[in-house]
Amino acid sequence: MAQQRRLRVMVAKPGLDGHDRGARIIARAYRDAGFEVVYTGLHQTPEEIVEAAIQEDVDMIGMSSLAGAHKYLFKTVVEMLKERDADDIVVCGGGIIPNDDIVMLKEAGVKEIFTPGTTLDDIVKWVKANVTPR
Amino acid sequence: MPLTFDPKIFDDIEQERARWQGELEKVFSKKPERLGKFSTVSDSEIKAIYTPEDIRTQDFGKDIGFPGEAPFTRGVQPSMYRGRLWTMRMFAGLGSAKDTNRRFHHLVKAGQTGLSTAFDMPTLMGYDSDAPKARGECGRCGVAIDTLKDMEDLFEGLPIDQITTSMTINPPASVLWAMYIAMAEKRGIDRKVIGGTIQNDMLKEFVAQKTFMCPPEPSVRIVTDTVEFGTKEVPRWNTISISGYHIREAGSTAVQELAFTLADGIAYTEKALERGLHVDDFAPRFSFFFNSHLDFFEEIAKFRAARRMWAKIMKERFKAKDPRSWWLRFHTQTAGCSLTAQQPYNNVVRTALQALAAVMGGTQSLHTNSLDEVLSIPTEEAATIALRTQQIIAEESGVTNTIDPLGGSYFVEAFTTRMEEEAFAIIQKIDDMGGMLSAIEKNYPQLEIADAAYHYQKQIDNREKTVVGVNKYVLEDEEIPVEVLEIDEELEKIQIEKTRRVKEQRNSGKVARCLERVTEACAGKENVMEGLIDAAKEYATVQELCDVYRKVFGEYRDPGIY
Repeated sequence: MAQQRRLRVMVAKPGLDGHDRGARIIARAYRDAGFEVVYTGLHQTPEEIVEAAIQEDVDMIGMSSLAGAHKYLFKTVVEMLKERDADDIVVCGGGIIPNDDIVMLKEAGVKEIFTPGTTLDDIVKWVKANVTPR
Repeated sequence: MPLTFDPKIFDDIEQERARWQGELEKVFSKKPERLGKFSTVSDSEIKAIYTPEDIRTQDFGKDIGFPGEAPFTRGVQPSMYRGRLWTMRMFAGLGSAKDTNRRFHHLVKAGQTGLSTAFDMPTLMGYDSDAPKARGECGRCGVAIDTLKDMEDLFEGLPIDQITTSMTINPPASVLWAMYIAMAEKRGIDRKVIGGTIQNDMLKEFVAQKTFMCPPEPSVRIVTDTVEFGTKEVPRWNTISISGYHIREAGSTAVQELAFTLADGIAYTEKALERGLHVDDFAPRFSFFFNSHLDFFEEIAKFRAARRMWAKIMKERFKAKDPRSWWLRFHTQTAGCSLTAQQPYNNVVRTALQALAAVMGGTQSLHTNSLDEVLSIPTEEAATIALRTQQIIAEESGVTNTIDPLGGSYFVEAFTTRMEEEAFAIIQKIDDMGGMLSAIEKNYPQLEIADAAYHYQKQIDNREKTVVGVNKYVLEDEEIPVEVLEIDEELEKIQIEKTRRVKEQRNSGKVARCLERVTEACAGKENVMEGLIDAAKEYATVQELCDVYRKVFGEYRDPGIY
C-alpha cells in the first residue's frame, strides 16, 4: 500500500482583523506535528482564501477571527468552497466566537470551532482524527 | 549623592545570608520547594529572597532619586497621585457614532476623567463601511467612522475643550486627527486648546498589532508630518503614543515589550531630528502606552525601568536639555490576553491586580478591561465595574497616599535594574542591525515575539504555568454566565446609507480639489495635515483620503511569517 502523504493544512486570517498571535501559534503547532503548513498571512478576503486553498491543494482550512466578523467571513468561505466543488476541504475555525454563533457556523458547514483554552495537543489530535488527505 | 548602602555593611550581611541559606536548605531537604523553578509570567527566574546585596552598587541619587526629578524612577511629577489622580480613561467604541456617544456620556457620568475611542476594523484599516473588504465588520469591534459627520455625532455634547480624548488609530491616524481638529474648529474651539492623544505608532503595527496600510518608510513619514504639525499647531496634543501594549498582547515578554517600545521611540526621535526639528520641541509631546500583565512585581519593575531608561536615552543619546523631554509619561491598559472566557467573573480580580500594578508603577492614565472583553466588546454594566475597580484603588485602598510605595524594596529595585540591563542589551542589538526599521525588515522583533508566545502557550498546555479556570480549577460543563453584547445586524446597511447621504450633500468639486492637494503633499515634501483638515471639513471620507496614501505610497502586505 502506498504510504499516505502528509496532511496539508492552511491557517488563514480572514478579514481586517490583525490579531495573529493565535493563528501563528497554531501554525507552529501544526508544523511541529508534522503537517505541511500554508499560512496565508493577514487580511485575506474569503475569495483569496478559497483560491489559495484550491491552488495549494490543502486538506483543511483553519481560520482565526478575534474581531467579530467571523459570521460573515467563515460562512462565506464555506459557501465559496461549495461553489468551487471543493467542499471536501475540511473547514474549522477558532478565536473569539460566541456560543450562539458556533451553533450557526456548524450548521453552515464549519466542522469545528476551537475556543480559548483549547490546548494545542487537543487541536492537533482533532485534525488527525477528522482530516484525511484528499 | 552617595551609594544607598555603606559598603562596610556587606561583610556582615553576606555572612548572615549564608547562615540563613543553610537553614533554608535544611527545611528543603525535608520537604522540597513547591516548584522546580520560580519564574515570572515572562519566565524570568526569581530568587527566594532579595537583600541589600542585590542592590549594593545602587546610588540613591543617580538610580532612584525623587519623583519629578531625573532619572524619574519614582514618577514623572513631584506630587504624583497626591496632587492629581491618574486619568481614568476607558477605551470605548461600539456600533455607530451615536451608540458610542451614549457610552461616552455614561462613562463620564460614572466618573471617568478622559475619553478613549475604539474604532471598528474598517476605520482602523482606512476603509469606509461600504468597501467590499469591510463586509461583516462594520461597528463590530469599535465605532464606525466614515466622515466628519460621524465624528460630530461621536463627540456630540461632550466638552472637548475641557476633557482630553485619546484615539486608538494608526495607519489613518493623521486622517482621524484631521477630522477631530475639523470637528473642534467647526464648534468654534481653537486647535491650540484641544488636548488628547493619537496612537499613531506605526512601527509597532508591523511588529505586533498588524493594522498596516503602506510600507514602513512612508508610514513613518506621515507620522513625522503629524509630529511636526502638532509641535507647531496643536501644542496640547500627544502626537505619538509609543506602544508596548500590543507587543505584549502579541506574546512578548515584559523585557521585550520594554526594549521594542523604547527602540520604536528612538526611531521616531531620529526621524523627527532628520526633519530638522529640535528634540526639545517635540519630545515632550511623545507619550507611551504599556501593558499591565499578570505578574505584579515584574510589571511594577518594568514601569520604573522604562522611566529611567527613557530619561537616559533622551539625555545621553539625544542630548535633550528640557526635563520634560526626559519624561516618560504613559497610559496603561490591563492585559486583555490574560483574561479567560472560562469563569469570566475571575477577570474582575485579574484586572484589579493588574490595575494595582499600574498604579504602583506610576501610570498617568489607565484603562481597565471589562470582565466580558474576552467574549465581545463590553456591556455597559461590565465597563462600569471596570471603572469602579480604578475608583476603589484610587479612593479606598490607600495605595495613593505615598509616592512609589515599593521604592527601596530590595526585590523591586534589583528587578528594575535587571530589566533595564536586559532591555538595553536588546536595544543594542537593534542598533547593531541599523535601527528599528531595518530590524523590522529582517523580521527580528516579529520572530522574537512569536517565539515567546509559543513558549508561553506550551507552558500553559503542560501546566507549568497556571491559568485558573483553564488548566486548573476547571468547571465541568461550564456555561458562560454573562450576557454578551450584540451589534445590530442592520448597522452596516444604516451606516452605508448615512455615508451615501453625506456624499450626496457635499460639494464634490471641492472634495476633489482637496484630495488633489493631499495627493500633491504626499508626492512632494509638504506636510499633509492642513490639506487633510480642509478635506475633512468638506466631508471627504476616511477611505478617500487613505486611498490617496495607498496610491502614492503603495500597500504593505503581511510577510506571513510564523
